[in-house]
Amino acid sequence: MLSVTGVSKLFPGVKALSDVDFTARAGEVHALVGENGAGKSTLIKVLTGVYQPDSGEVVHNGSPVRFTTPLQAQQAGISTIYQEVNLVPLMSVARNLLLGREPRGRLGLIDFRRMHREADEALRGLGIRVDVSRPLRELGVGAQQMVALARAVAIDARVVIMDEPTSSLEPREVRTLFDVIGMLRERGIAVVYVSHRMDELYEICDAVTVLRDGRVVHTGRLADLDRLRLVSLMLGREIGEVRSEGLTKFTGSHQAAAEPVLRAEDLTVRHQLHGVSLSIRPGEVVGLGGLLGSGRSETARAIAGALPADSGRVSVGGAPVRTGSTPAAIRAGISLLPEDRKAEGISPGLSVRENIALAALPGLSRFGLVDNARVDKVVDTFVKRLRIKSAGPHQKVGELSGGNQQKVLLARWLAMHPKVLLLDEPTRGIDVGAKAEVQSLIDELAEEGLAVLLISSDTEELIEGSDRIIVLKDGVVVDELTGDAVTEDALMRAIAAESPAPPDSAELSKSPDFPQSPGSAGSAP
Amino acid sequence: MTDLTLTRGQVDRERLLRLLQEYGVYAGVVALLAFNFVFTSNFVSAENFRTQAVQVAPVLIVALGMALAIGTEGVDLSVGSVMALSTSLLSLYLGYGPWMAVLMAVAGGIVIGLANGSLIAFLGVQPIVATLALMVAGRGIALVLLPQLEDVRDPGMASLGSGDVLGVPYLVLIAAALALLVAFVVRRTTFGRQLLAVGDSRPAARLAGLPVRRILIVVYACSGALAAVAGVLATARLTASDPTSLGNLMELSAITAVVVGGTPLSGGRIRIGGTVAGAVLIQLLTTTLIKHDLQPSWTQMAQAVVIIAAVYAARERGKR
Repeated sequence: MLSVTGVSKLFPGVKALSDVDFTARAGEVHALVGENGAGKSTLIKVLTGVYQPDSGEVVHNGSPVRFTTPLQAQQAGISTIYQEVNLVPLMSVARNLLLGREPRGRLGLIDFRRMHREADEALRGLGIRVDVSRPLRELGVGAQQMVALARAVAIDARVVIMDEPTSSLEPREVRTLFDVIGMLRERGIAVVYVSHRMDELYEICDAVTVLRDGRVVHTGRLADLDRLRLVSLMLGREIGEVRSEGLTKFTGSHQAAAEPVLRAEDLTVRHQLHGVSLSIRPGEVVGLGGLLGSGRSETARAIAGALPADSGRVSVGGAPVRTGSTPAAIRAGISLLPEDRKAEGISPGLSVRENIALAALPGLSRFGLVDNARVDKVVDTFVKRLRIKSAGPHQKVGELSGGNQQKVLLARWLAMHPKVLLLDEPTRGIDVGAKAEVQSLIDELAEEGLAVLLISSDTEELIEGSDRIIVLKDGVVVDELTGDAVTEDALMRAIAAESPAPPDSAELSKSPDFPQSPGSAGSAP
Repeated sequence: MTDLTLTRGQVDRERLLRLLQEYGVYAGVVALLAFNFVFTSNFVSAENFRTQAVQVAPVLIVALGMALAIGTEGVDLSVGSVMALSTSLLSLYLGYGPWMAVLMAVAGGIVIGLANGSLIAFLGVQPIVATLALMVAGRGIALVLLPQLEDVRDPGMASLGSGDVLGVPYLVLIAAALALLVAFVVRRTTFGRQLLAVGDSRPAARLAGLPVRRILIVVYACSGALAAVAGVLATARLTASDPTSLGNLMELSAITAVVVGGTPLSGGRIRIGGTVAGAVLIQLLTTTLIKHDLQPSWTQMAQAVVIIAAVYAARERGKR
């Protein structure tokens, strides 16, 4: 139906796709999986005409095509459903469904009765019952996504690409979505399904293609691939592979105190975290394991107050910390090194000096006036200690290398003398030398008695750096590895294990305007 | 951060644009002064310099507040209306004495600023929309309070408007003092440094635990207070309260002064010296055109050209 052969796509400095073959067949649900930076989104963008491949070709219906705009791909019958629905929220469901193809009466005016009837029929055909005359935005996200799907079917899409469609759906909505996907399959539509949720993949997908670092590392029937193998393909680690110690700069386990300094209990964030609890002792590095989208970053952000938690408690040294407030968390001694260093970490236009002093500034001031001598002293101390390389303290941080930017951020937090350091991908996108330095620094800090939470997609780094690993999956803690069990094999097995229960059945509730799933409530199409 | 190696030509161009953005305004002021020294009759006189300086004072004071708002990647369109409101309040409360009247006028400006800041900080309204709303509402309130022009016959106000110390008008002294004060706040206080961090990257400022909301509210309150002071001084100089026209298009002059002075619209950086020069530049430009018998409309067009040039220089540099 739709395929690409030998496609490569270069971006300045990175090869996003190299020599990728991918085929979506009619009547097949094809899973496209891979970790961050594997090239999934680039491939989707090539398929939908957002990007043009540098080499290789796209074949649609047996003939090579060259989509230069997303519109052309759409007209050729390729529809994409994004996580965020791209419809017009203020217009009625019916108008959205038939946008641009409204039935016209005499005088060329829209025939509303016919439009509503047709829209209703189209949605019923998919087993969805909603009042089509209401504005789209009054529906839940799930129902909106269903309308987007119905629209894709209505405009005769032959290929439907779904990018993490379930990330903001309630479990019940997921059921309806899967039923609709089943119907699409029966109608001979090719579905490309991007998701990180392994249970979902095994439930609805027929085929799978695994991307890693811009290459296809596996393609074939999903049923022939067990979960453990799939995880090892995605992470690029072999099962049972002899682990070569000492590839990272970590020295091994630390002597941790007995009483945890940080306790997080029952952290719940709608759609993202479901009762996550963890504790870290001073001098301990606790790793957070799991695939992309498993809730690792969200856990760190919820602890740091950067992601408002719906429920749950955080305490530092026994004293409760108000959740949902970054200043409160910082005052309690929690520091977060965010995953997106460029957008949320550094202030690119400010100098090295200003960046380092940013959080500690009130403490380095007297009567609201900055004490420049003290700032200089702090900046000097950390520039030396972390070996930050810059043209001088007045150079803009945006001009530094990734590794030095990361060190500046570490300096910013160390200047606050934190008790707990949450590190979200501390070595991503920084060069090898800086990576080793950051790793040994993490070790050093733990030895000095800091409690460290480490998140890393680099499995090796996670295994060697952590004394203990808590494994997350779909926002739930599924396992904890301690002592000798902190190995890659154990980690991959924990990630691949089937979920004991659908995540949080207690949350099935309150979505009054959500459509009935087909079969229920006597809606025989 | 893709390719850090720039070719020689790029570096030269880069440096040129940077110089233009940072120091172009001073060159512009010098060039206009030189032009007028040579070609404009009656330009070189103490009387003329005095007039120019007195006229520039209110614009500069408004521009100082505007620079703070722009430094947080915002803007304050309500400044002109705040001037109108302050002149109305001044006129209304003059019966209680000039000090009381000035106090009320400035308080009015602060209230408008707090409203702006609250809309922006708590409701997440875009600064341009929030302050546009207050721009419309502010002048409305000003006209309800004082429907038409009224003379200000207070000796205190009159001396504020026309008095001087050793030949330097009070207005100019006040504007200079405020410029120094704002420059000090930006450079040396915790608040000033945090303000710039908020403007440079709000997500980063938030994660660093800065009181982002409080900072934004204080910034707009300052802008309102400064605009109100400008309104009081303009009233004192004109010895009349005219809420219909006072401060009209003031937001544009203030934004021009700030941007031409090298403060980027993208926030994170404030240049007070440049803002002062920017205000002087606009004043000189207006004077030059008027003295050479061109319509005031030409001034506005010239302002437009200057502001586009300034924004262009900043943009090209930002792109890289």
